[in-house]
Amino acid sequence: MASVRYMSATRVFSKGTPPAVDALDLDVHDGEFMVLVGPSGSGKTTALRMLAGLEPIDSGHVEIGDRDVTQVPPKDRDIAMVFQNYALYPQKTVAENMGFALKMQRVPRADRDRRVREAARLLDLDEQLLDRKPRQLSGGQRQRVAMGRAIVREPKVFLMDEPLSNLDAKLRVQTRSQIAELQRRLGITTVYVTHDQVEAMTMGHRVAVLNQGQLQQCATPRELYENPVNQFVAGFIGSPAMNLRTVQLTDGGVQLAGKVLPLPATVRTAAGAAGLTELVIGMRPEHLHVTDGSGELTGSGELTGEVILVEELGADALLHVRLPEGGTPVVARTEGRKPPAPGREVTLHVQPDEVFAFHPVTGARLAGQA
Amino acid sequence: MTVLPVVRPEPRRVPRWVGSVGWAVVAWVVALAFFLPVLWMVITAFKPESAAETWPPKFIFTPTLAEFRLAVTGMSPFLIHSVLATAGSTILVLLLAVPAAYALSVYPVRRWRDGLFFFISTKMLPIVAAIGPLYVIALHTHLLDSIGLMIILYTAMNLPLAIWMIRSFMLEVPGELLEAARLDGAGRLREIGSVILPIIMPGLVSTALICVIFAWNELFLALNLTVTNAATMPMFLMSSVPQEGLYIAHLAAAATVASIPVILVGWMAQRSLVRGLSMGAIK
Repeated sequence: MASVRYMSATRVFSKGTPPAVDALDLDVHDGEFMVLVGPSGSGKTTALRMLAGLEPIDSGHVEIGDRDVTQVPPKDRDIAMVFQNYALYPQKTVAENMGFALKMQRVPRADRDRRVREAARLLDLDEQLLDRKPRQLSGGQRQRVAMGRAIVREPKVFLMDEPLSNLDAKLRVQTRSQIAELQRRLGITTVYVTHDQVEAMTMGHRVAVLNQGQLQQCATPRELYENPVNQFVAGFIGSPAMNLRTVQLTDGGVQLAGKVLPLPATVRTAAGAAGLTELVIGMRPEHLHVTDGSGELTGSGELTGEVILVEELGADALLHVRLPEGGTPVVARTEGRKPPAPGREVTLHVQPDEVFAFHPVTGARLAGQA
Repeated sequence: MTVLPVVRPEPRRVPRWVGSVGWAVVAWVVALAFFLPVLWMVITAFKPESAAETWPPKFIFTPTLAEFRLAVTGMSPFLIHSVLATAGSTILVLLLAVPAAYALSVYPVRRWRDGLFFFISTKMLPIVAAIGPLYVIALHTHLLDSIGLMIILYTAMNLPLAIWMIRSFMLEVPGELLEAARLDGAGRLREIGSVILPIIMPGLVSTALICVIFAWNELFLALNLTVTNAATMPMFLMSSVPQEGLYIAHLAAAATVASIPVILVGWMAQRSLVRGLSMGAIK
């Protein structure tokens, strides 16, 4: 077991292009489950491969367990990786696949067999499967064999590169919790790459959000949700995504849908200090509450618009509401039982302290944490 | 018992089977056109010499093994030379082509394109243009009419093709797999031996087979650079044409015998051959 540390680690694929990973500084604690998340091209996979030693590091350092491994070849880093397409050796049996690394380390056969069997049991892999070839297995079984190959090595760090992306939706949710549970049991430091923010939020002890090669924020899932440091993180974390709009600043708040949406004093002060006339506000769908006009909520902002689409999710429904001023519809989450029909006019209420405000140019959060 | 209503599909104007039968006919016609000369050769081999040269060809005759008996006599030295030259060169080709292909595909060396082009460019020169220098070199190195020379030449002849073929098979091996092997602690040799080779084995077999066929059938170099000590099967066929008299049945028998090893090897490697040759085609 070990901690992992990126110190200004940079990877440039070709001269003249922006770095794929730009001066990444990240500490992963001993035994922690760290998720790297971001859209494609954000550098998350490159960052993982730098840790694996599959991608050279152009400047900066990478440490595993306080040892600088920047120049150490992959096999000597004491890590194990689960690949997106599993990368099982097609000509070897499941047992041979799982034991290959141990064979390379010249672990005696009896010892090897024991550890392979242990790992198989840990993963609920049937013993009969051990003599099969990978192509005779289902997708879910292959995924578990790939996990098993990593576990057998008893490495200091697990690296996982979108290991669930080839599974169907149901199996993915199931395997997601199994991996998280397994990691907690083994207590091995894990760096996990995904583009799926739900996976990131549910699995990670902490989540590092990357965009265009730069670390945006690294925090616990709850902290990311409640206190995103910028517009990118706010828009990326949370499902459905936060409603973001550029609006004009007025007295006491901002101008939206023909009305004044009140903002907390701290935000107004920050916006004033920055000399802004407009800013970007963000409202999460679950913070927009539908009312029929009766039972006014005091002190809250009010948006009125026409429902153009209802997405039924069972427990909830998502309303797409077009505001009078046009633009992309606002999405509100509402109770699933009796959602307003499309075409109806609804009023959405939002509490001022649940409205996020961002700098329109830099995207930085205004007034920071409340 | 309930009777399920029979749902009839929309009638097509041209039934589906017409198309498949049509293509089957085309395939058979083409296959027969290629096979006919071979069939003629085999049939003629069983004829007595007197019946071989009649026109129109006779299809009813008493088969005889006389020509085979005649053809086989004196064949064994040629056969041995051919087996040695073919097997020796094919093994050497594979030993050289695998590392060369690896260096040109998996971890490409600098200027690998130039290397790749150089290999294939050696096949562009007509072999006739090189035979003079080859003869002189062979003469001065005392290699004329030796199996060793034929092994070297057939290796040189087949190596470019083998490198190109094996390289394309190696490119098919997923990169993730090689990275997994590196993480698992496999060195270069291990990586080739226990990861790459098992995967490209069908391709390797078909490459070997093509090398065998080319070396076995090669005549020009053998004709010009060997006399007796290293003369190969195609030379034997040449020599079975007598100066005078009838020889068609005799030649057909000798040619049939000479074809048997290649056909046999091809038939044994059929499955790998099809898989290997189509490896790049299906992705």
